[in-house]
Amino acid sequence: MIQLFNYIDRVSPIHRLTGAAKLACMLCWVLAAMITFDTRYLILLTVCALVLFRVSKIKVREVKVILIFSLVFLFLNNLLIYLFSPEHGVSLYGSRTVLIDLIGRYSVTAQQLLYHANVILKYTATIPVVILFVSTTQPSEFAASLNKLGVSYRISYSVSLALRYIPDVMDEFHSISLAQQARGVELSGKENIIKRLKGATAILMPLILSSMDRIEVVSNAMELRCFGKEPKRTWYRERKFTGLDYGTMILGFGLIGISFVLQAVNGGRYWNPF
Amino acid sequence: MKEPIIKFENFGFQYDAQAEPTLKDINLEIYPGEKILIAGPSGCGKSTMTHCMNGLIPFAYPGESTGKLTIQGKETKHLSIFEISRMVGTVLQDLDGQFIGLTVAEDIAFALENACVGQDDMKKTVRQVARQVGIGDHLEHSPDALSGGQKQRVSMAGVMVNEVSILLFDEPLANLDPATGKKAIEIIDRIQEETGAAVIIIEHRLEDVLWRDVDRIVLMKDGRIVTDAPPDELLSTDVLLDNGIREPLYLTALKYAGVKITPKCHPRGIRSLTLTEEDKHKVRTWFHARKLAKEKPEGKALLTAEKIDFTYDNGFHALKDINISINEGELLAIVGTNGAGKSTFSKVVCGFEKQQLGTLTFQGLDMKSYSIKERADRIGYVMQNPNQMISKPMIFDEVAFGLRQRNVPESEVTAKVEEVLKICGLYPFRKWPVSALSFGQKKRVTIASILALDPQMIILDEPTAGQDYRHYTEIMEFLNELHGRGITVVMITHDMHLMLEYAQRAVVFSGGQVIANDTSANILTNPEIIERANLKETSLYDLSLLCGIEDPNVFVQHFIDYEEEGRDRQAGGAAAQNDRKEEKRG
Repeated sequence: MIQLFNYIDRVSPIHRLTGAAKLACMLCWVLAAMITFDTRYLILLTVCALVLFRVSKIKVREVKVILIFSLVFLFLNNLLIYLFSPEHGVSLYGSRTVLIDLIGRYSVTAQQLLYHANVILKYTATIPVVILFVSTTQPSEFAASLNKLGVSYRISYSVSLALRYIPDVMDEFHSISLAQQARGVELSGKENIIKRLKGATAILMPLILSSMDRIEVVSNAMELRCFGKEPKRTWYRERKFTGLDYGTMILGFGLIGISFVLQAVNGGRYWNPF
Repeated sequence: MKEPIIKFENFGFQYDAQAEPTLKDINLEIYPGEKILIAGPSGCGKSTMTHCMNGLIPFAYPGESTGKLTIQGKETKHLSIFEISRMVGTVLQDLDGQFIGLTVAEDIAFALENACVGQDDMKKTVRQVARQVGIGDHLEHSPDALSGGQKQRVSMAGVMVNEVSILLFDEPLANLDPATGKKAIEIIDRIQEETGAAVIIIEHRLEDVLWRDVDRIVLMKDGRIVTDAPPDELLSTDVLLDNGIREPLYLTALKYAGVKITPKCHPRGIRSLTLTEEDKHKVRTWFHARKLAKEKPEGKALLTAEKIDFTYDNGFHALKDINISINEGELLAIVGTNGAGKSTFSKVVCGFEKQQLGTLTFQGLDMKSYSIKERADRIGYVMQNPNQMISKPMIFDEVAFGLRQRNVPESEVTAKVEEVLKICGLYPFRKWPVSALSFGQKKRVTIASILALDPQMIILDEPTAGQDYRHYTEIMEFLNELHGRGITVVMITHDMHLMLEYAQRAVVFSGGQVIANDTSANILTNPEIIERANLKETSLYDLSLLCGIEDPNVFVQHFIDYEEEGRDRQAGGAAAQNDRKEEKRG
């Protein structure tokens, strides 16, 4: 069974952190990596992210699906940049060092390569951290942490419920698709794409209908137990902040700080070695 | 005189989307600490009444109410759903759907979280209530690690944290196996004694609820209350059968034997039942007058499973050395608890999963190389929830779907679909949208769409789940008719009545193994198998012992045969009547 987002239970310092601290740190981390184009800093962030991933004891194969998904995205992103603006690096860094001579503007330049390296590093610096947050935070604590960061608890709770139902909906998709295959819907590569798309709609309709049923039941169940009565609510799973949590949040803000410092030092978002 | 805790006065209700009121002239008083069973066929308004009592009406389902409904002296018109929830705790029917929290503890705490209770108090209350319903050792478990009965107890705990004075159970037995259902009724009884809350149970499975005493049974039909009486009185009349509710089996047997049932017999439960010597004699006479059971000829093997062994990717060993043979033209039940392997077995048969060991032969041919589609041409699979199968908005297209996928010419499709729709009694609706049908009719549409492919065998997952007695009978008579046309029917079920009344043979799964393969009468009178498969002894068993009959299994078999004959008599009678009508018209 494919699982996109799920909590993976381990004993590690990262699992012990409260969701709110992790969320804050993750957001800062991503922001820091987005601001900077300093290759050195991005390398440092990537190395740190990989170390943290190691510390969490999450195994690569457990997050295979989302990894593959982001690698495909990374590849496409780079391909498109090269296709549409192969001289972007040259204009950014204001010099042109041709490494391999190809037709006209598609020649490989050192500047363009550095730019691509930056783009790749932005992915490698952030993806491990995002995966880490998702797989080390229980959905209910996720809701509590969103709420703690100021998001309304109604929205927080619906986000976490949605995340939680993903595996259920996937299971249901699987069983509906089997029943439809038995009736002759072909979803495998043997059929052409139009037939397969038509087949997919045959699964989608029952899936949507049964998901609506599910939503009705759960919203009734929640209302019958007074969800939404008070402007605030408490959380069974909420944990008190420890020193480690404060440390994590300070680290997050520190990372953004470094980004801004580098911007000042480099005289812009880009680090120019040329 | 105590004040009623719930009081309906000339109460009526009409949904905004409907032309007719769903509830009419309801007058009912429920007192603190009482235990009430509300029964009635589907569509009688009992769910609507539940929603009125717990506040979902009008907050989630808008409509117009007339008359007065007061809960603890307050008129519900002036209350919010939250205020009502502090007094009325509702345990819904869908055990998975109402599980909100990620673990047992969180789910129980949900109402407390919403009331902004501090964490220390919250944890204390959760622990205490969890212990009360007997789920205290599972606080950190996730819902998928729990059985149906455990989930239900979590739901109970989840409403009990509010210290409600009324507990409302919406079809508490619908999703439980017989043994768990029995336990659920015992727990409800105990909780009531401990908390003193008024308990209202909405259920059409009367005999199972009556495993523990109730104070009154309220019988509803067409939005009105038909009878409101203590069980002993109600069960001494024919009012149940007249209103589409199944009476307890032991009472049916007593009536067959010509015993007059009066409140003095205490017919409310098999344990309270007292019979005079004369009555017992009548039962024995009925039993001894039985004809010798006719030997049914055994058909040829259609599907044979040999040494099937299957383990899921996650390491769960679901099937262990399964050997079964299903004969041509048989009507077979597969029973067992959740996780016993009965669904996995049907998935392996349909090719949804591939067994690691063993062979499946169909009409003497190994099915190994058959694809899902090829298997489906021979073996049709009907899922429990019709909403999971229906993919076309119009009935005709839905039934034609499989044929069109197989590129059958349109003229043949039309002919075949019309034929199947006639068999399924859906021909008049052929131009209707699916959404206009009831649940039971939708189920028929899914069966029709499978029949269109001309399978020799159909497997149905819980064909009668959630159906009242009338729809149950309708579906089962329909399956029986298909069976009469030579189609082999396999039903996966929890329903013991279904087993008793319709299945010639039952295969019992437990822990991935087949532990019994015998007639339903023999299985439901075998205490060891009943225990292992979470079934329940049929009350006929107790009745036979009460009357001093030594072979309970023969007694049960006699009852089944007698019922079957009765159905044949009725069917014959109906056919004769139709013939007469035809003649008149001619």
